[in-house]
Amino acid sequence: MKAKIVITPKRAVVDPQGKTVRNALEQMGHQGIKAVHVGKYLEIELDGADRETARKALDEACHKFLSNPVIEDYKLEVTD
Amino acid sequence: MNFAVLQFPASNCDQDAIHALRDVLGHPARYVWHKETSLGDADAVIVPGGFSYGDYLRCGAIARFSPVMQAVKQFADNGGLVLGICNGFQVLTEAGLLPGALVRNRDLQFHCEHIFLKTATPDSPFTNKIPEGKWLKIPIAHGEGCYFADEETLAELKANNRILWQYCSATGELTEGANPNGSLLNIAGICNERRNVAGLMPHPERACERLLASDDGRWIFESMIATLQNRTVAKAA
Repeated sequence: MKAKIVITPKRAVVDPQGKTVRNALEQMGHQGIKAVHVGKYLEIELDGADRETARKALDEACHKFLSNPVIEDYKLEVTD
Repeated sequence: MNFAVLQFPASNCDQDAIHALRDVLGHPARYVWHKETSLGDADAVIVPGGFSYGDYLRCGAIARFSPVMQAVKQFADNGGLVLGICNGFQVLTEAGLLPGALVRNRDLQFHCEHIFLKTATPDSPFTNKIPEGKWLKIPIAHGEGCYFADEETLAELKANNRILWQYCSATGELTEGANPNGSLLNIAGICNERRNVAGLMPHPERACERLLASDDGRWIFESMIATLQNRTVAKAA
């Protein structure tokens, strides 16, 4: 099993990295980019077979440690 | 007064803190390694600046799992004085001892310069000796010092005078231009509800001697020392 976690800055938090990347994309000639949000991607390899148990445990880990709920949102996906 | 200065892997302002406390202010100070589970006879704890655990994941995110941080939590719960400086401030927010978070500087640049601080209230163990109307000239050195908290938290901090220091101009005005990192409300430092735990991004330990361009940082440590001395007197009485 594998877990994929995407962590992004909350919309209320100013994201200067995202803004800078957006400006650079515009400089390259890309048009129609409304906003860029720069985050993190974690891939976690798991032993065990029960997807739901793994998801619950990792959801807690995401909330308490892997993301900071004050400034970040996360999406968690557990796949075979 | 006995100071404990924590040491995490990649702390790098621990020696500055020890020097300021021991050699300049004349108080016993010792290092406490992150694997220790006790703070010994410490009267106050300094969580120093640096890049604990390489700033992996997020600044301060790993340090809070250190055994010593359990001891710091207990120490704080018992009313002990804890001051987090720079990365130490980040560690205290990640550990839930202080609200909010420190995010990337607004301009994405690492700022290493002297700034001015306005002390928002003398009502704390960290500010009670700072003369009224004195703007502290203290250096900053950080890339992720932009203070963020949600509206509710900010309102709570304001209502209870928990904002201790704000970035200001040389004449004490809280302007955008004086804000080096984009912190909300120009916040440079705050304290917890009980007022015994504080954190700030600037480095008072690097501004304790004239030789280093300013000794304004001393006021913060002198405030802590005076608070502790008053406590000792109160205990003995």
